[in-house]
Amino acid sequence: MKHLLDKLNDTKLDNRIRLGIMSMLMVNDWVDFGTFKEMLGLTDGNLASHMKVLEGEGYVELRKQFVGRKPQTSYTATVAGRQAFNDHLAALEALLKGD
Amino acid sequence: MVKNQNDPLENLAQIRSLMERSSRFISLSGLSGVAAGTVALIGAAVAYIYFGLPVFSGKNEYYFEVIKNGNWGMDYVTFFLLDAAAVFVLALAGGIYFTTRKARKKGYKIWDALSQRMLVNLAIPLVAGGIFCIALFKNGAFGLIAPATLIFYGLALVNGGKYTLNDIRYLGLLEIGLGFIGLFKPGYGLELWALGFGVAHIVYGIIMYNKYERN
Repeated sequence: MKHLLDKLNDTKLDNRIRLGIMSMLMVNDWVDFGTFKEMLGLTDGNLASHMKVLEGEGYVELRKQFVGRKPQTSYTATVAGRQAFNDHLAALEALLKGD
Repeated sequence: MVKNQNDPLENLAQIRSLMERSSRFISLSGLSGVAAGTVALIGAAVAYIYFGLPVFSGKNEYYFEVIKNGNWGMDYVTFFLLDAAAVFVLALAGGIYFTTRKARKKGYKIWDALSQRMLVNLAIPLVAGGIFCIALFKNGAFGLIAPATLIFYGLALVNGGKYTLNDIRYLGLLEIGLGFIGLFKPGYGLELWALGFGVAHIVYGIIMYNKYERN
């Protein structure tokens, strides 16, 4: 049990918002900044700081594009990010099963 | 905002909800199905009256009578085009109305990347089917048109079902099955059409409404 909790706290995904970001990236190839903001109900600054953490950890990659004349930043999950998400999910499930 | 960061049950529920909301268009309302089905049944009934047909009978002889002479002052091609266009426009309007209403009630957006992706995937088999039906018409295979619309519509639902509530795929499979029956029983195209577009939509719509929207 202790070991599992360590594992949960080990990852940067113990945060509810970052877990939400990764959930969306698991089922979509690319998600743009605005969609995250809207879906998670966050401000620009708040979302940007969580994205920095995930980027620093190597869990997400970003791409900047112009849509018309507006720049748009989109994110995708890296292999490491997917692995971390799956590990975190497995740990959550194990915790629920009671061991 | 979050009281218990590490409640695993709550976390899992959030993951599930975000995955679904960010990858599928879930505002499609069951009432849209009921409206489309009702409109389709009315359209089929009007066609029966136009042809003066008794229900559930082998009826090629009736077809030929009216196909030669027309009815209500218009030939059957004009009639079918008008009837089909009216059904299509009214069903679409009903679908948009109830889906918009559901989205608004839940505070979701109606026109976003998800709804567009669903519509594109619905449209590909539908457009293919439309062109196929024009070819059937040109070649005089009138009896195959109704089953062909059922099959291509079913394929559209199976394809679009990946991007909205998954249940719609089963409706698609049912439509394809009805279409297959029609291919080999050409005299019953109108009945099968009424069953597939009318009754099946209404039943599906009620099931979906009870499953996702009541409360």
